[in-house]
Formats: sequence, structure tokens, C-alpha cells
Amino acid sequence: MVDVQLRVNGTIETLDLRPRVSLLDALREHLGLTGTKKGCDQGACGACTVLVDGERINSCLTLAVQYTGRSITTIEGVAGGGEPHPLQTAFIRNDGFQCGYCTSGQICSAIGMLAEHAAGAPSAVTEHLASRAELTDVEIRERMSGNLCRCGAYNGIADAIGEVAAAAAVQEVTETGAVRRGSAAGAARQATTAEAAR
Amino acid sequence: MKDFAYVRAGDVTTALRAIAAEPGAAFIGGGTNLVDLMRQDIERPGTVIDITTLPLDEIEETADGGVRVGALVRNSHLAAHPLIRTRYPVLSQAILTGASAQLRNMATVGGNLLQRTRCLYFYDGAAACNKRRPGSGCDALEGFNRNHAILGASDACVATHPSDMCVALAALDATVEVESVRGTRRIPLVDFHRLPGDTPDVETAIAADELVTAVELPASPIAVNSRYRKVRDRASYAFALVSVAAALEVRDGTVAGVRLALGGVAAKPWRAREAERILLDAPATEESFRRAAAAELASATGLSQNAFKIELARRAIVATLSRLLTDGSAA
Repeated sequence: MVDVQLRVNGTIETLDLRPRVSLLDALREHLGLTGTKKGCDQGACGACTVLVDGERINSCLTLAVQYTGRSITTIEGVAGGGEPHPLQTAFIRNDGFQCGYCTSGQICSAIGMLAEHAAGAPSAVTEHLASRAELTDVEIRERMSGNLCRCGAYNGIADAIGEVAAAAAVQEVTETGAVRRGSAAGAARQATTAEAAR
Repeated sequence: MKDFAYVRAGDVTTALRAIAAEPGAAFIGGGTNLVDLMRQDIERPGTVIDITTLPLDEIEETADGGVRVGALVRNSHLAAHPLIRTRYPVLSQAILTGASAQLRNMATVGGNLLQRTRCLYFYDGAAACNKRRPGSGCDALEGFNRNHAILGASDACVATHPSDMCVALAALDATVEVESVRGTRRIPLVDFHRLPGDTPDVETAIAADELVTAVELPASPIAVNSRYRKVRDRASYAFALVSVAAALEVRDGTVAGVRLALGGVAAKPWRAREAERILLDAPATEESFRRAAAAELASATGLSQNAFKIELARRAIVATLSRLLTDGSAA
């Protein structure tokens, strides 16, 4: 058994685990945070996506012990100040799910994706690697391809994310005065603020 | 998953001593392949040595204008790095077509090099697989072999190496730095992975006690004009049927330089030397590209379900070089 200390949604959690326990199982079975889902348990579906220090990962393909001292955000921790995260609201408004099993992973993944885009990261469909890509529907779908939805709610999922990205772009224009269409820095900032507030 | 002992290495020397002392131990980085293989009981290390906090996560420009990439740099960070996006666009593109964003955030450069085949029979403990259990046979030969090799395979094994990153590294003349308690050595990327022959269980040129510490990219003016093309069964998040990494330099309508490597076709990233030889000093035309592609694939052999990949590889080579000729790189 090994001591593992995780900061989960702002709370320090100390666990005594077998080294083979995945971060996903630590969250679900040992901390009772069942919002993060186990789909394939082999990195093929994205249902287990969580944020580690703001970056999205598949929690199924990890050993929890490797993440000792790191800051984990699960779906239970994305809302802030009693309000749902803008992506949660947008998923409801746009029918971004049917059964809902992939939704926690989709939302955590989208938060990470918007932060990556805001930081200027390219994707496989980015035409010019050196410049920041506009967050078009094609870009959103490529960047979210690690999250499968067996109900096929992709149109609603992509619309929900596009809506939040567009709102964030408007917010960024208002804040900085610079016209950067398709930017999602605002959404990323909002997510970070929600986490920091906890 | 079988239980194992867990050790976190604080520095490289400690990690190397730990693995030298216990031959059955395994290093763990991002874990995206190893954890999966351990869960399937294919890898059964008695001790897992965590190397994720070793100081091998830098991307630095070298004195001769190349780039040195630490083995623990995450795939996503390498793809997004300005030096890679502008000077080696084929490498950024190759990485970005591999796996998913979540996996690229976890996976390390060293782990990408050492990832194992995705052959279904390698993963299936009940199947015959010479790679997993030497001498047991190969169920892929007459089974589901759509994703399998058309070049350099043997009767013992027809598995492919699944990496996209390595295909770009092969085209870019990258070198792998490995370290053990016995010292440091460098292995050209094209010699790092082995063809199966009679021993498909021996996959790379590194010893069990060696640690990949870095990948070095030489200065490469030609790499500025480079592209990666991946052909697969779905638009994203799938392994390659065929992929092409290419760099092209054209002067006065003639090919002044070319680098070409193929993925999804062999047990290693396939550097297309024959095609390069034919293209050098030839007119930069689609006709030349076709001739070079045909020559490179002349020795290719199809299995029951993958013979289509021979023509697919030819067309992917021609399409990638033609795109470089007309549009340049994606930098």
C-alpha cells in the first residue's frame, strides 16, 4: 500500500492505495465521486476524462499514485458560486446528450480543450500551424474526438461547445479590445476561476 | 491487474540503478500503453519505476541549430512548441493525428517510441502470438489483418508499429539517446525499431536496463517544407492504415532534396530510401512521384485483408509530395 495525496476539487484527500489502483477507481471507489464515468477502461472512449492541473487526461490509464500532489478537477468541481459551469448550461440548452453517460467526460474535456485553444495549441485540422486557429465546427469536432458518444448526440455537443466558445470570444473582445474571433480564453479563465475559488 | 511494487525515482541515476537491480521491472511515464497492457496481463512487471518527475522534460535548441527533446516531454507539448511548428511542421502534424488530446497530454516522447503494437492477437491472451509468446504462432496471418504490415514482415509476425510521431522522426533523421548504468549511447531512430524476422518479441535496439533520455532532431532546412498525411478508417482518433511523412526541396523544377517515411505498413517506421534515391535530381512532377512510389512498394506483400494498402500507400505518397509541391507545408 502507498500513501497518495490528491487535491480533488480543491480539497486535499489522503488515501492508502494499492499501486495498481487507477485515478479513475480512486475517484469513484475510494472518494465516492461517481460523476466521472468508467466506459471502456482502456483509453478509447473519454468517459473518464478529468482535469489535472487544468489539463485533460483519461483517468482510466493512470496509476493514482503517479498523481500524488497534483490538483484534480472532476465534473463535481466545475461549477462555481452555486451556478453551473457555462458548458453545463449550454449542454442542457443544446441537447448535448441522450443517456448522459459520456457527458461528464465531454464537459471536462471541453473545458480542457478551450484552455488549450486559448493557449494557442494547434490541432490536426489546423491549416496553418503557426497561427491560432479559429474554433470552427471542424476544429471543435477534431479537438473533441477523444470523447465518444454512443447515443450520437454529437450535433448538440458541438453546438453547446461552439456556443460557449463564441460567448468567450465576445467576452475577450470586450475585455481586451482586441478582435480575436473564435477565442475561448474567457471560458478557460472562467473555468480556472471556478477551480481557484474552491 | 497483478499487484506490483511501486518506486518513484528522484533522479536519473536512481532510476538506472533500480532497473539494473531488478531485470523484471518496468519504467512508467505517461502510462497510456503500459497500464493498458498490465490490465490485460500482457505486461507483468514485479516493480514499476515511476520516472515522471525526472528532469527530462525540456525542449531546447542545440548549438548546431537542431532541437533536443527530453524523453518526458508530453506529446501535446512537443506538437505545440513554436520551434517544432515552424521548423519541423511534419512532426507537429504527425503527433496531432495520433490518439486523442487527452492521451497526447499524458503520453511522453520516450513512451511513444516504446509503445507496442495494437495487433488484436497480441492483446488477446487466448490467441497465438509469437511476439507475446515466442513459438506459439501468429493468428493474424489468416485472421483480421487489415491494419497489418505490407513491408518487412515475416511468417512469424505481421504486426505494425502504431506510432505517428516516429514516422516523422524517421523522415527527420532523428537520433535517440539512451542511458544505463553502463553509460550513454545514441541510436539513429531508423535503427531503433526492428523488423520481426524470427524474433518478433525483440522489438527495439535498446536493452532492458536502458532508459530513453532524449530525442535529437538535427538542423534540417528541408524540414521547413514538410507534411504528414494519415489515412485511416475514421476521420480522427484511429490508427493509420497508411501514413506518409515527407519533406521536399525543389530548385528550378528539380528535386534538390527529399525525405520520405511511411507509417502503418511495417513493424517500424519505414524510411523510403528507394523512393528518395529515385526522386533526387528528378523533375519535381507527379510522374516522378508515381515512379518513386511504385519502386518503394515493389517489394510489398498483401495479406488476406490488407492488400489494398499497397495501392493506398502509393497514392498517399504521390498525394503528399504533390501537396508539398503546390501548397508547401502547413507551418
